[in-house]
Amino acid sequence: MQSSSSRLLLCSSKPNSLFGSAVTPTLPSSLRFPPLSLTIPNSTSSSIRLRSLRSSVTEMASQDQDPRIARISSAIRVIPDFPKPGIMFQDITTLLLDTKAFKDTIDLFVERYRDQNISVVAGVEARGFIFGPPIALAIGAKFVPMRKPKKLPGEVISEEYSLEYGTDKIEMHVGAVQPGERALVIDDLIATGGTLCAAIKLLERVEVTVVECACVIELPELKGRERLGDRSLFVLVEAEGA
Amino acid sequence: MSAYTHQDPRLHGIKTKIRVVPNFPKSGIMFQDITTLLLDPKAFKDTIDLFVERYKGKNISVVAGIEARGFIFGPPIALAIGAKFVPLRKPKKLPGKVISQEYILEYGRDCLEMHVGAVETGDRAIVVDDLIATGGTLCAAMDLLERVGAEVVECACVIELPELKVHTYIYDRVVNV
Repeated sequence: MQSSSSRLLLCSSKPNSLFGSAVTPTLPSSLRFPPLSLTIPNSTSSSIRLRSLRSSVTEMASQDQDPRIARISSAIRVIPDFPKPGIMFQDITTLLLDTKAFKDTIDLFVERYRDQNISVVAGVEARGFIFGPPIALAIGAKFVPMRKPKKLPGEVISEEYSLEYGTDKIEMHVGAVQPGERALVIDDLIATGGTLCAAIKLLERVEVTVVECACVIELPELKGRERLGDRSLFVLVEAEGA
Repeated sequence: MSAYTHQDPRLHGIKTKIRVVPNFPKSGIMFQDITTLLLDPKAFKDTIDLFVERYKGKNISVVAGIEARGFIFGPPIALAIGAKFVPLRKPKKLPGKVISQEYILEYGRDCLEMHVGAVETGDRAIVVDDLIATGGTLCAAMDLLERVGAEVVECACVIELPELKVHTYIYDRVVNV
């Protein structure tokens, strides 16, 4: 059981080393309530974030997993060798068939963000479109879809990102967001973090503050959290990706 | 059947938020863009509320949403009425066992897939998409659901393009905001 002072360290320096040591290696997926890695902000909204930082330290120090997490985790189905051999695909569609678990998933995000003055929820196509809008509606924020190329009509800005082989691109509408807005980026899962990084860059290019990325699932072995650098990541469930 | 004719006061606000983008995806098409609706939290909420008010208490157990814009409207409706959300996707996106339904496009064909086991015999379903044009995609969606023994109670779309020909059979089962 780690003391609250070491939890503070987790928040401000290198989340991954402590995070890694806390994962129970024998379970195929970790069902712990996620550690929080809120960065210490240097903006004028620091008071809001520091308040949530203190409360998150309390949550973490208690080491209690929210009772809703177990059902959410067990509702996610693993499909081996999809889309190609060796990949253990984390399928959230079975979570969407469990009305209580789906509602709990949304509630967990809403409870975290409702008092954070978030005006934008950006969702990454296509599974980010499933989780983002209910969160946006509940916290009174706009929903902004981030899409593959040529799907959004009208003027867009694009951000390219690397894949294992080659590159891909995501796009956002010009004018969807304004400088100074506070945003969340939502996707069902973070793997290498490439897509989320591209989404963050799109928002930051137009001077939006990305408060946090939020995903249902993280594959810690793929080090997406590291790729996000000092950007905050919040997840409900950790799983093995391969 | 269009809710617009009943003049719910929220409808005007919703309609004005939809942006028309000319010549997208190709010349001559006036694209109905709902993304501007999603930027107005009140109008977006009103849109969902209108559907929820219609379907709550009707024993709907499945909300099927058509990729990708049906994924934006379907889940909030499903959550509010206590139904499962079932994504209907383009080929090869859904992992595991699926059933497929082919449908005709203006030029060529396309295919919609649904997970085996997502929907059961006796489920009462609605199909949600942002827009109905020719109705081809919605028909394929209804076929998928009926093939597994579900009852499609209604199709629900934010926008209808009535000037495009829609088969009378399915038009009777379509409701629009």
